Amino acid sequence: MASDKPVLEISNLHAGIDDTPILRGINLEIPAGEVHAIMGRNGSGKTTTANIIMGHPDFDVTDGSVDLDGEDLLEMEPWERAREGVFLSFQYPQAVPGLQVGNFLRKSVAAIRGEDAAKGAEFRKTLKDAMTELDIDRSFLGRYVNDGFSGGEKKRFEILQLMLLQPKLAILDETDSGLDIDGIRTVAKGINAAVRGTDSGALIITHYSRILEHVQPDKVHVLIKGRIVKSGGPELALELEERGYEWLETEAANSA
Amino acid sequence: MAATEAREAVGEYKAGWHDPENATIRFDFGLSEQVVRDISALKNEPEWMTELRVKAFHHFDNRPMPTWGNMSMLEEIDFDKVCYYLRSSDATEKDWEDVPEDIRNTFDKLGIPEAEQKWLSGVTAQYESEAVYHSIREDLEQQGVIFLDMDSGLREYPELVKKWFCSVVPYQDNKFSALNTAVWSGGSFIYVPKGVHVEMPVQAYFRINAKNMGQFERTLIIADEGSSIHYVEGCTAPTYSTDSLHSAVVELIALPGAHIRYSTVQNWSTNVYNLVTKRGIAHENAKIEWVDGNIGSKLTMKYPAVILKGEGSHAEVISVAYSGKGQHQDAGAKIHHLASNTTSKILSKSISKDGGRGSYRGMVSVSPKAENCKLNVVCDALILDDGSRSDTYPTMEVANPSARCEHEASVSKVSDEQVFYLMSRGHSEEEALAMIVNGFFEPFTRELPMEYAVELNKLMALEMEGSIG
Ligand SMILES: Nc1ncnc2c1ncn2[C@@H]1O[C@H](COP(=O)(O)OP(=O)(O)O)[C@@H](O)[C@H]1O
Ligand SMILES: [Mg+2]
Repeated sequence: MASDKPVLEISNLHAGIDDTPILRGINLEIPAGEVHAIMGRNGSGKTTTANIIMGHPDFDVTDGSVDLDGEDLLEMEPWERAREGVFLSFQYPQAVPGLQVGNFLRKSVAAIRGEDAAKGAEFRKTLKDAMTELDIDRSFLGRYVNDGFSGGEKKRFEILQLMLLQPKLAILDETDSGLDIDGIRTVAKGINAAVRGTDSGALIITHYSRILEHVQPDKVHVLIKGRIVKSGGPELALELEERGYEWLETEAANSA
Repeated sequence: MAATEAREAVGEYKAGWHDPENATIRFDFGLSEQVVRDISALKNEPEWMTELRVKAFHHFDNRPMPTWGNMSMLEEIDFDKVCYYLRSSDATEKDWEDVPEDIRNTFDKLGIPEAEQKWLSGVTAQYESEAVYHSIREDLEQQGVIFLDMDSGLREYPELVKKWFCSVVPYQDNKFSALNTAVWSGGSFIYVPKGVHVEMPVQAYFRINAKNMGQFERTLIIADEGSSIHYVEGCTAPTYSTDSLHSAVVELIALPGAHIRYSTVQNWSTNVYNLVTKRGIAHENAKIEWVDGNIGSKLTMKYPAVILKGEGSHAEVISVAYSGKGQHQDAGAKIHHLASNTTSKILSKSISKDGGRGSYRGMVSVSPKAENCKLNVVCDALILDDGSRSDTYPTMEVANPSARCEHEASVSKVSDEQVFYLMSRGHSEEEALAMIVNGFFEPFTRELPMEYAVELNKLMALEMEGSIG
């Protein structure tokens, strides 16, 4: 089952929107069972990277490749990528008024993991356990998807989906922003459960080292103006929190 | 190959087949006083009905076309190219086995006999001009509930019909109510005695099969004091390149404390003009609800109305409209508060797509004597692409300052981000759109019997199929 291919392999990715380049040669490899983090200032291209892996139709890839388990993702529609095992926890999850959470979860599990996984007592139990773990009340299932959710509720709902959909690659775009310490701990638990000791991988986009204390990333990458300018271990996250990004921007400018 | 075929099969209008025409009586195209008299003679009607038809015909003939709705589409109607009466079966049967086979097959395909067994109190099925099948559960009959097709109603209860017919919608009301009164055929006649609650809905199903057909059913529902009934109707027609005309009149009378709910899921093919007048009168503490779904037709002009005549009466009009390519749904509601302490609620949801056009046309009034009325109007439009259109024409005439009025309107577009979010959860673009659309319609589907809600959701999913380039 386990292939020797990395879960995610991005090579020389160039992409932009309406002729404006945003990503300028990204290289990134996440082997199975690893958690990587991307940090960087606002506007450096973190969300764009996530969107392109998921297949957002607004962006044009001008060069490079993105593979999941050795399969070319760029050829696939977003829903095909989801069915292949890509999951994105959105920085700004979208509201769909009138679409009930319970119904939506069942349909999504059916679409991604198959009809059988979305049926019967087992599904109900998985759902119940995940909700208990995330401290989400049952009444949540009758609400409409992200409609009138608080910031924290939206993030918990993203993680609930992560736990039910069991992806190969989980991308979390600032899922920790707007969560309190308990929330962050819960989310970290969700990520660890989804990735550690499995064939899966995770990419955590964040501004803060706090979540990384709980997840312990295998690697931390720093994104500046659409390029990864530095990669290191978990200690890099702490250094960035202390020193900011300026020193790296200077380094990057000097080497460019 | 197989995939494209499957997709074509689901992408098209599902009820668009037509059967061979086996008419037993078919009138020539066109309308005149003689045609009106012939219809009445054929039905052996009492003279007062014949004379009412003739008066209505002349009113229709002299009355100009409405100057609202979609005037250019209205102008395209050729009243000389319509068949005003067509009978395909000589009797209204009580047993599906006795209905002519091809007609029975049609209703089988539409799932009517099955629905009847599972969850209905009674069914009437109309094919072209006449009801071909009619039945009501025995226990209801024993309680004195009358549920007949309108022609039988007139034959068996002439006094009751004479008393109420045209009492809510006079033939002079508009050009199409005059036309209907002149040439009406079929429809339902219902009387619910005092205090009787009809628990399961009764259903009417209207099917046009012939080309250039005109269907003019007439429905009259009288709910006596403290009684209740839920009436549901559905309608479909084959897809032809020439137009058909459906022009019904529905009159509801809710006597003190009665409750009438009238639900429609209209799914005519897109060559049908659907010009319908629906109105109810609510007496003291009575309640009338119109639940009105407009999915099909070329042009629909329909504004279900309630006259709140008795103190403490309540009206609700909940409607959805879907306008796709070449379609215009001009729908809305009218509510007149004539008495004190009356309340009303209008919820209108419309979706336009592929250049379709939806309009909400609403009128709510409060008369000077009516104290402490409450009015709530919400209309939401969702536009799925550029080039589709949505308009609202709300009117409120409030002549009593004690009234409390609320009005909300919104127009939104489906955002790419919403669709992308749903696609990222494994749903194709079409499925994502259907989820958004069904969610938008949810406040409406919630009000429908479950079987209808499921059907409507499926219909909307089909409308989203094959729509993505
Ligand atoms: N849909 C878009 N249209 C135009 N510009 C965009 C769009 N999305 C992102 N950008 C631009 O791309 C750059 C990177 O944005 P983003 O990936 O959101 O950054 P981050 O997530 O790191 O804050 C920014 O300059 C932003 O303005
Ligand atoms: Mg971002």
